[in-house]
Amino acid sequence: MSPAHYVFLAVVLFAIGGVGVLIRRNAIVIFMCIELMLNACNLAFVAFARMNGNLDGQVVAFFVMVVAAAEVVVGLAILMAIYRARKSASVDDANLLKY
Amino acid sequence: MSLAVSAAAPGTIPAPSIEYSQIAPMLVVFGAAVVGVLVEAFVPRGMRRPVHLVLTFASLVTAFVWTCVIAATSSLFAKGSAGHVAAMGAVAVDRPTLFIQGTILVMAIASVLLIADQSSDVSAFAGQAAATPGSAEERTGLLAGLVHTEIYPLALFSVGGMLLFPASDDLLTMFVALEVLSLPLYLLCGLARRRRLLSHEAAVKYFLLGSFSSAFFLFGVAMLYGYSGSVSLGAIASAVGTNSGRDTLLYAGLALTGLGLLFKVGAVPFHNWKPDVYQGAPTPVTALMASCTVVSAFGAVLRVFYVAFGTLTWDWRPVLWVVAIGTMVVGAVIAITQRDVKRLLAYSSIAHAGFIMTAVVAASVSGLSSSLFYLASYGLTTVGAFAVVTLVRDPSGEANHLSRWAGLGKRSPVLAGIFALFLLTFAGIPLTSGFTGKFAVFQAAIAGGALPLVIVGVVSSAVAAFFYVRIIVLMFFSDPVEDGPEVAVPSVFTGTAVALGTLATVVLGIVPQPVLSLANHAATQLFVR
Repeated sequence: MSPAHYVFLAVVLFAIGGVGVLIRRNAIVIFMCIELMLNACNLAFVAFARMNGNLDGQVVAFFVMVVAAAEVVVGLAILMAIYRARKSASVDDANLLKY
Repeated sequence: MSLAVSAAAPGTIPAPSIEYSQIAPMLVVFGAAVVGVLVEAFVPRGMRRPVHLVLTFASLVTAFVWTCVIAATSSLFAKGSAGHVAAMGAVAVDRPTLFIQGTILVMAIASVLLIADQSSDVSAFAGQAAATPGSAEERTGLLAGLVHTEIYPLALFSVGGMLLFPASDDLLTMFVALEVLSLPLYLLCGLARRRRLLSHEAAVKYFLLGSFSSAFFLFGVAMLYGYSGSVSLGAIASAVGTNSGRDTLLYAGLALTGLGLLFKVGAVPFHNWKPDVYQGAPTPVTALMASCTVVSAFGAVLRVFYVAFGTLTWDWRPVLWVVAIGTMVVGAVIAITQRDVKRLLAYSSIAHAGFIMTAVVAASVSGLSSSLFYLASYGLTTVGAFAVVTLVRDPSGEANHLSRWAGLGKRSPVLAGIFALFLLTFAGIPLTSGFTGKFAVFQAAIAGGALPLVIVGVVSSAVAAFFYVRIIVLMFFSDPVEDGPEVAVPSVFTGTAVALGTLATVVLGIVPQPVLSLANHAATQLFVR
C-alpha cells in the first residue's frame, strides 16, 4: 500500500476529530476528539517521513506524543475541577461568561 | 530539525552543537522555573513565597539584561549579518527576535509584580485550587491561610515558552513552544481566588479551544512537512515553487498553521475565546496574557509569514486583509456594548490586534518595525490598565462592572486619571504612545499599498475612541454610586506596575524616537533564514 493512503487516513481521522469537537457536548469526549486530531497528525508525519525519505517526521511524532501527554495532565485537572464544582462535564452548562 | 543524525554513519552519531550563550535568556527562565518546582517540593511552606519572588524576579531581570547584552555586543551582527540560527537550526537569534524577547521580559516583570501582589486580598489566586468552590474544605483552607505558590513557576514556564515561540526557526520547536506557553496559562486561568466558577469556566474554554487550535497548527505543520520534507522555516521557504505537484499540501499547510497562529493572536474569526478568558481569569494573569502572549504570538506570526511564506505574499495577503478588517471592526464595534471592564479591554485587545495586522500585511521592513513598536507600547499600557483594574475593589473582590466605576474620578482622581490616560492611549490620542504606534503601523500599511485597510483602521479607531471616552465621562462626570467600590492603596508591587505602564505611555508618546529607532534598527534586516 502506498504511503499516500496513510495520509488520506490521517486526513479522515483529523476530520472525524474536528467534527467531534464541534458537535459533542461532553468536555471529556471533546478532549478525546482533540487527542484523535493530534494522533492523526502523528500518522500524517510518519507517512510523510516515509514518502520524503527522511526521519524528521518520525522524530516530530515522538515530540507530539510527549506534548499530548502533558496536555492530558493539564486538561484532565481542569475538567476535574469544573466537574466537581458543577456536577456536570457538559460544555453547554458552562455558560456564565457571556455578553 | 537537522538531519545530521540520520546522515551520519552508523555508530558515529555527532553530538549536536548548542550555542548556550546565545540562547541563555531562555535557559535562565526555564532553569528558574524548574528550580521553582523544586522549591515547592523542598522549601517549608512559610518560606516559599520569598524564595519564589527572589528566584522569579532575578531570573527575569537576568534574562532581560542578557538579551540586551546579546543585542548590543554580540559578534553575530557584525558585518551586517542578520543573525544566527542556534541549537542545530532550532532557535533563531536575530535582531527582531531579541527586540520581541526584551519586550516580553519587561512586560513579564510587570505582570509578575501583579501576580505577586498580596496587599488588597490574600492573593489573587485560590488558596486551594483542588477544593470545590463553596465547600467546607475550601473554607478551612481559607482559614488556614493557604496560598498556592506554584503560580510563580507556572508563570515562568509560560514566559519561557513565550520567549521561545517567536524565536523558533523550525515548526516543531514552534509547536512545542506554543504548548509550553499555553499549558501553564490554561492552569493559571482557573486559579482565581474570587468568582471561582467563572475562573474554571474560563480555563475550560481556553483549554478546549486552545488545544483545538494547536491541533490545527500541528496538522498544518504536517502538511508543510509533506510538501517540503522539512519542518525548518528556511527549508520550507526554499521549497516553495520547486514542488508544483504538491501545491495542495503547501496551501493547506499555510491555512492551517495560519489558523493556529491567528487563534493565539485573537484575530477574527478566531477571537471568541478572548473576552471570556480575559474576564474569567485572575486579573494579573489577564495582564500577562494580554501583553506577553499577544507580543509572542505576533512575533511568531511575523516570523512564519515573513520567513517561510515570504515568497507567497500574493497568496496570503488578501486573506490577511480580510482578517485584519474583520478584527478591527468586530473588536471596536462589539466593545461598545460591553458592561464589564475586563471584557471591554478584551475586545479592545482584539481591535488592537487588527491594527497590528495592518502592518503585518505590509510584509516589509517598515511593517515589521512598526509592529514591533506598536507591540511594545501597547503591551506596557495594557499591563498598566489591568493593574488599575485590580485596585478598584468591592468587599467581594474586584468591581469589574462598569456601572460601579461611575464617579470614580471624584473619589480617587489620581487613579482615575491614570486609567483615563491609558484609555486615551488605546484610543490613539496624540502625545500618547498609542498615537505614535498607530501612526507607524498605518504609515507602513499605506507604503505597502493597503490604503483601504488604513481607512477601515481609522474609522474603527474613531469608533473605539467613542467607548474609551465614554468610560472617561463615566468616571469623571457622573455621580459616584452609593456604597461604591473602594480604591485599594496600591502596594509596592502594583504601584510599580502602574508606574511602569504610565511612564512607558508618557515617554513613548512624547519622546518616542529612541524606541522607534531601536525598533527600526531591530527590523533593518527582517528575520534570519
